[in-house]
Amino acid sequence: MIQGVAEISPGERSPFGVLHGRFEESAVSCRRVTKEFVSGDNRTLVLRGVDFDVSFGEMTLLVGPSGCGKTTLLSVIAGLLDPTGGNISVLGQNMDELSGADSILFRRKNLGFVFQQYNLLPALTAAENAAVPLLAAGVPRKRAVDKASAMLAELGLEQRLYALPSQLSGGQQQRVALARALVHEPRLIVCDEPTSALDHETGHAVMELLTTVAVREDRAVIVVTHDSRVFDFADRIAHMDDGRIVRTEASEKAHFPATRN
Amino acid sequence: MNFVALQMLLGDRAKYLGLIFAVAFSTFLMSHQSSIFAGIMRRTTSQIMDVPDANLWVMDRKTQYFDEVKALTDDDLYRVRGVPGIEWAVPLFKGLPRAKAFDGNFRVVIMMGVDDATLVGAPRNMVLGSADDLRRPDAVIIDRVGYEFFFPGQPYELGKPLELNDHRVNIVGIYNSSAPFQNLPVFYSRYSQAVTYVGRERNQLSFVLAKAAPGVSDREASRRIEAVTGLRAATSSEFGWQTIWYYIDHTGIPINFGITIGIALVVGTIVAGQTFYIFTLENLKQFGALKAIGVTNWRITGMILLQALMVGVIGFSIGIGMTAAFFELTKNVLDLRGFSLLWQIAAGTGGTVLLIVILASLMSIRRVLVLEPAIVFRG
Ligand SMILES: Nc1ncnc2c1ncn2[C@@H]1O[C@H](COP(=O)(O)OP(=O)(O)OP(=O)(O)O)[C@@H](O)[C@H]1O
Ligand SMILES: [Mg+2]
Repeated sequence: MIQGVAEISPGERSPFGVLHGRFEESAVSCRRVTKEFVSGDNRTLVLRGVDFDVSFGEMTLLVGPSGCGKTTLLSVIAGLLDPTGGNISVLGQNMDELSGADSILFRRKNLGFVFQQYNLLPALTAAENAAVPLLAAGVPRKRAVDKASAMLAELGLEQRLYALPSQLSGGQQQRVALARALVHEPRLIVCDEPTSALDHETGHAVMELLTTVAVREDRAVIVVTHDSRVFDFADRIAHMDDGRIVRTEASEKAHFPATRN
Repeated sequence: MNFVALQMLLGDRAKYLGLIFAVAFSTFLMSHQSSIFAGIMRRTTSQIMDVPDANLWVMDRKTQYFDEVKALTDDDLYRVRGVPGIEWAVPLFKGLPRAKAFDGNFRVVIMMGVDDATLVGAPRNMVLGSADDLRRPDAVIIDRVGYEFFFPGQPYELGKPLELNDHRVNIVGIYNSSAPFQNLPVFYSRYSQAVTYVGRERNQLSFVLAKAAPGVSDREASRRIEAVTGLRAATSSEFGWQTIWYYIDHTGIPINFGITIGIALVVGTIVAGQTFYIFTLENLKQFGALKAIGVTNWRITGMILLQALMVGVIGFSIGIGMTAAFFELTKNVLDLRGFSLLWQIAAGTGGTVLLIVILASLMSIRRVLVLEPAIVFRG
């Protein structure tokens, strides 16, 4: 369970306006979201009114042709980019209402990231890398690394806790990145092409871990992917084209159908 | 996150060592050159500081520094003695005779002539013999530099003869002089004798050394001397600084050292800054990931400053250690005496290094602060 659930009675609001004790309708809800990049006289409208919902307890895949705006949408949802227009609510928090500093704090507490290029710190061991979100939140080093080690063990890396990224295979590095995304028990995990740097089998293994370890009833996972081979893992697939979500389909398999309300 | 910052730095061994080398190099050059400069400047005042008995130096009003004097008259000496609040005043002669050993070796030396009656100003740092023996006929005291020049390789012993301007003199003492600017040997004899060793001039009184009576401050005493005699009076330290400023204003020495120190500063800053910036650029994606994960700009600035500080502290320690080692290894070299690493210079260099590493990290900090965390999603 996420931290804080025990202390906060149903319906009460946390400092970030997240409703605890019951699950909001959607983990993420985008309404008419637009994003325009302006550089000099050049304006590119990349998101052209996105309506998009992500549910707790599900893995949602975001797919579509290259350049259609998937990464941009993910960045906007994660608060790394400000939308030009529209409304985004993440974990019940209206993102418009967060100031810069609060938005960073919100991200640190509630979001986990998995990148295509892993982006591990080359000088840190696997366990230290996985501990970074805890360190960033001020958790003492020993406790953070212990917790990260436990997370790595859960992902099958208990033998490689002290290895540097350069000593790990791509799949192992992505698992370390996955541990880093999960270690602070965020409620939303965003992944951009987590398997595209990996071969088929390794990618498959990483997706399997994502579905078994990351997806929980109180957590949502968004995965941007090109890789049709991983479609099977999805609970829902959102198809994007030219800056819009054009179609969403539910897959027959769902993880926690009974617990959702 | 401090630990993460330091690991990042240590992880890039080549750049880490490069940064430390740059800082150590400029620390060494700056502190070493400043020390030599300070040592040279201090040397210009050596013969002033070697006279601890008298605090007041009286000289012609137009005297600019120690090495160029216009002689005073005996009358001037008596008038200084007559100034109320002056306990005593004695003559001091300074000349540049040529000394010759009997094997024909010769050298211009600085000859100081001290008051016959009181021997005020005679050397204190005796290695062999006693200053009182100056009272003996044709007696001179010579410094180690002089002795080792005229009697190379010979053990220190008294009674050896030298020739000064056709006068035969006997060495009655050997002492440790503070090195003069030109590192000439410095001899002492009685005033009445010293004046005969140099070519004839109408007046030979170079300086009057005086001491203020108890209860009269040096400042007050020199004010009174100046009022009564129309001469210039200065304390040892005033006269010393005046001499130093003369050399600073009228020689290329400060420019020379200034350029070296400036180059050390600029090269150190640029090399360190550039290396550090490249280090940051290479880690930009990692910094982007940290920002995405929720590390604040403050924290990241702190991390970069910590990295810079770490490089600064280690580089400074190595550089200052090298300077200290240099002066430690050369402390017994007679010609290099008086050169040392002053704590003021160590502290000043430390401050400058701090400035260097902060300047060097500014570019990096700026780069990371404007970094869009969204770049982490870009291949
Ligand atoms: N910072 C930016 N400034 C200007 N244009 C941008 C910027 N970021 C993205 N774009 C443009 O927005 C469009 C969508 O980019 P985005 O990366 O979101 O696509 P994507 O769907 O993730 O593509 P891919 O599948 O290739 O990763 C592209 O045409 C891209 O050139
Ligand atoms: Mg993309």
